[in-house]
Amino acid sequence: MALVLVNNIHKSYSLGDVEVHALQGVSFSIGEGEFVSIMGASGSGKSTLMNIIGCLDIPSKGKYILNGEDVSSLGSDQLANIRKDTIGFVFQGFNLLPKMSALENVELPMLYKGVGAKKRREGAMEALKKVDLEDRADHQPHQLSGGQQQRVAIARALANDAPLILADEPTGNLDSHTSEEVMKLFVRLNEETGKTIIQVTHEPDMAHFSRRILTFRDGRMLRDEKVRT
Amino acid sequence: MMSFVETSRISFRALKANKTRSALTMLGIVIGVMAVIIMFAVGTGANRQISQQFASLGTNILMVRPGADRGPGGGSRNTVNTLVVEDAYSITEHCGAVAYAAPVYGGNAQTVYGNANYPAKVTGTILDYFAIQDWELVSGRAFTDQDVRSATKVCVIGQTIVEELFGGEDPLGKIIRVKKIPMVVIGILEELGDSPRGNDQDNVVIVPISTAQRRMFSPSRPDTVSMISVKAIDETHLDIAQKQIEDLLALRHKIRPGQDNDFSVRNLTQFVESAKSATAVMTMLLTAVAGVSLLVGGIGIMNIMLVSVTERTREIGIRMAVGAKSSDIRLQFLVEALTLSLLGGMIGIVLGVGGAQFISTGFGWATEVSLMSVLLSFGFSGFVGIFFGYYPAYKASLLNPIEALRYE
Ligand SMILES: Nc1ncnc2c1ncn2[C@@H]1O[C@H](COP(=O)(O)OP(=O)(O)OP(=O)(O)O)[C@@H](O)[C@H]1O
Ligand SMILES: [Mg+2]
Repeated sequence: MALVLVNNIHKSYSLGDVEVHALQGVSFSIGEGEFVSIMGASGSGKSTLMNIIGCLDIPSKGKYILNGEDVSSLGSDQLANIRKDTIGFVFQGFNLLPKMSALENVELPMLYKGVGAKKRREGAMEALKKVDLEDRADHQPHQLSGGQQQRVAIARALANDAPLILADEPTGNLDSHTSEEVMKLFVRLNEETGKTIIQVTHEPDMAHFSRRILTFRDGRMLRDEKVRT
Repeated sequence: MMSFVETSRISFRALKANKTRSALTMLGIVIGVMAVIIMFAVGTGANRQISQQFASLGTNILMVRPGADRGPGGGSRNTVNTLVVEDAYSITEHCGAVAYAAPVYGGNAQTVYGNANYPAKVTGTILDYFAIQDWELVSGRAFTDQDVRSATKVCVIGQTIVEELFGGEDPLGKIIRVKKIPMVVIGILEELGDSPRGNDQDNVVIVPISTAQRRMFSPSRPDTVSMISVKAIDETHLDIAQKQIEDLLALRHKIRPGQDNDFSVRNLTQFVESAKSATAVMTMLLTAVAGVSLLVGGIGIMNIMLVSVTERTREIGIRMAVGAKSSDIRLQFLVEALTLSLLGGMIGIVLGVGGAQFISTGFGWATEVSLMSVLLSFGFSGFVGIFFGYYPAYKASLLNPIEALRYE
């Protein structure tokens, strides 16, 4: 069964009199356990699409079925519930909460799930272990390198056991060496724990860690190709 | 849904992360609550003191003054000399509910002993006045009815006079000059302290009323009195006594029905009430001012919370991305505002109680912190927190997660 199924999705923004068509009829499906890269020029609608897939936004037109459920027209509270259970986000700018330890940052999704303090701690520790940062649990973001911060962010995305990880340019702020480490981590998570990962990237080198590349231009999908590994 | 405890913990951490700002924001509430508590404490203390002092004067006392009644607190002026000594004796004789009635006539006069002199308050009266006032003598004796009849030149003096004129010397049997008239000191009054209005009650020379009238002050009508002090047989007979006195004096003064009395009978509790209502008005006013400062404190909270929401837009976006609902965000900021205001309230209570203590030890004012004022100001600061915290919290909850995440 497809985990992500988008069917003829449109998204437009109106800026005064001007309509911006960020997505103009996009359809594809991503099965469970896939590792997909989305590429395309700046402004081609990649982030817009990720926001919709991540249930941060809803399409103007078209259908989006996530994990068998139609989420195309849900309200903000229902979307929040789905994000909580189904989706883990990794951002280009890491987006960790400053003045909080790595452990507390990783605990955050469980907090809104109502997990008790002790279980939260254990779960967060386990997630940090998966990204090899259990020895940095007490460090605050500013005491960590960029690559480490991104790994904490990935641990946070793992914390609520969501099947789907969405990463919008996760290596955009990292050098090539650390970028590669993050990619290897994604590959490992994908292969060992069966996480479905969708990432946006501008770098073909990074895209080639995944097994499928969707290429976008002007709000439309140009290509959908398998990558040989 | 997140538990309230967790929400509080998050809010607490956010406030701790910005200690100086949180402290300054609380300051308004701290000062407001402190002011409310102190104002209440001073007001309650003053009331209590008034009651106690009047109670010590005796609650079954009536005062008859010349001139028509001008209402409680108005004070009838001694413009007409309508009361005479005989009125007092008649009251004692004919009013069944009256235990004692004593005429009083006096004024201010210079007292001299040796080289010392002091301006004293001279009270001319009869022996019964000592019973009405519950005055005890520390030594000597009071004057007798015989002294009154023959206008003897004797006097009983209060502690202030003892100190001012005699220093360490024993005044008994000595002759002091009161308005140049030599008087023998036959008794010394116990210490009375200040009156509820702050007058020195020990600055007194008590003489037979006839002596005051005939030898010292010589009023135009020789038996005029400035007041008749009356003690009812007990508190429950106060109203009856008042009625009896009014009827008797109306008859004696030949007041026709429908005509105003040329005297007034006043009850001390009326003075208590008017004194209390005066302090109550003061307390209300000051508390209102304190309340306004609480409100200003609330506006300060709102202001800072709005800044905080803007500053933490990205944090809000992150929280929303990982599954926080609008209501979670709203609650978080509301609890933050509430924590600020309640913490401020608690600090204000501590400082207020301490301040009230300081005022009573430092200035000698009676203060009394009431539980009511503590609960009231704590509740009010909670209310202020919710009221002024709601709008910023609501604004935070309306943020769109995508825009919030993109916020720099
Ligand atoms: N909130 C918005 N309001 C108006 N227009 C928007 C909004 N968000 C995106 N757009 C427009 O939609 C189009 C697609 O934007 P999007 O951010 O999806 O591009 P992108 O492919 O992610 O680009 P990049 O690689 O630079 O991140 C752009 O033209 C952008 O200006
Ligand atoms: Mg983008």
